[in-house]
Amino acid sequence: MRIEESIDVEAPRSVVWDYLTDPANYLVFMDGATRWDVVGDVERGLGARYRVLLRVGSAEVGGLIEVVEWHPEADMAWSSVTGVDQRGRWHLRDRPGGDTRVNFRFAYGVAGAGIAGVLAEHVAARWLRGDFKRSLRAIKEILESSGARA
Amino acid sequence: MAASRTDTAAQAHAENGSANSGHPGRASRVPGIAAGAARRGRSLLGAVAGVVAGRVQDALKADLDDRDPDYIRENLPWVWLMSSLWFRGEVRDIGRIPEEGAVLLVGNHSGGNVTPDTTVFTLAFYTYFGVERRFHQLAHNLVLTSPIGPLLRRYGTVAASHENARKALEAGAAVLVYPGGDWEVHRPSWQTNRVDFAGRRGFVRLALEAGVPIVPIVAIGGQETALFLSHGERLSRGLGLDRLFRLKVLPISVTMPWLINVGDFLGHVPLPSKITIQVLKPIDLVERFGRDPDVDAVYDHVTAVMQETLYELAAERRLPVVG
Repeated sequence: MRIEESIDVEAPRSVVWDYLTDPANYLVFMDGATRWDVVGDVERGLGARYRVLLRVGSAEVGGLIEVVEWHPEADMAWSSVTGVDQRGRWHLRDRPGGDTRVNFRFAYGVAGAGIAGVLAEHVAARWLRGDFKRSLRAIKEILESSGARA
Repeated sequence: MAASRTDTAAQAHAENGSANSGHPGRASRVPGIAAGAARRGRSLLGAVAGVVAGRVQDALKADLDDRDPDYIRENLPWVWLMSSLWFRGEVRDIGRIPEEGAVLLVGNHSGGNVTPDTTVFTLAFYTYFGVERRFHQLAHNLVLTSPIGPLLRRYGTVAASHENARKALEAGAAVLVYPGGDWEVHRPSWQTNRVDFAGRRGFVRLALEAGVPIVPIVAIGGQETALFLSHGERLSRGLGLDRLFRLKVLPISVTMPWLINVGDFLGHVPLPSKITIQVLKPIDLVERFGRDPDVDAVYDHVTAVMQETLYELAAERRLPVVG
């Protein structure tokens, strides 16, 4: 299952990038996140690892993730090491007037889970889509209210 | 019982044979044939009983390696669907469980043989800590010898015994125990908000021996999944089930789809009651009770904090089942 959400933020890419790549911010803006801890010595960048949990339905679901793509001010992607199979990606692009388009993609599933896995993915999508929409709105509000554009 | 039926049948056959036959030689041979058949019947039954006993023993042995993380991961979606959509499960403060190392999780138990609190908590544990973390649940012998026993063993369930629990703790596992077991799980519905371990203090001795903290887990909602009428302990004693199967109860309840359900051996369809579970702070027994803690004092403390929490959870509930 793949979920994709976008939003335009009135802030430069560099500011949005700094905000999104700081693990300390995830519990602030990511709706449903209950944990986003740095694991190991690398806090951000390629190879950084985080222990992540999102409340989905009756459980906090997640596991250990690792940053596998890192193109400053453009793309950051992670993949799961343990826990639910997942890939996430922040994709930033310029918009006219110095704004930034923030695109978030999240793909997840449980390999080998069969029909139950497919059902669970669809049911979970209802929760996750709502969470991600609220998260992007939170990013927009936080960055725009901080006067990042000026 | 089956053996005596066979013996009687063989004897009757022998008697019929001798009565109906007019041939003296044939008459003298028939009892011998019947006796042989009876012997063969007895040895066959003995063999069957031996196989059954062997299987039961196998099912009750704690082979901790039966736990299969891949199987658990692949089946969590079913459990998640059931827990999220049917029971609307909510587990609070699961982060209070120590991140690593052996720990004894002590819970109150509800819901008859279906035990939705175990389903909701097991899901929460595995999604929070990952299927890689060793986690074993202690279950009644009958559960593990039932047809779903092999599946549960892959989830990490082992037969409830002091030895099995000690092995699991020594292996560094988190172990979930329900001291109230078959007694508490079938308590009448009007005792829903009661923690009832029936005085079973084995979990305290286990934690002391293993030197592990106790984390109390308090659940509410499970006893609203059916109408539980009676433990049926007199019935169980009368039928000798306590001696044969360690069954202290033969519960009577009103459940779907059986209506009047005696024993709950086949389980039932639980009502979609909201299950809420509160994880309490770990109790370091030596730190709190000194180097040589009194078992009764620990037992009283654990049950008291759990009872207090259960009352708090009950006070939050507006309606049965709805939550």
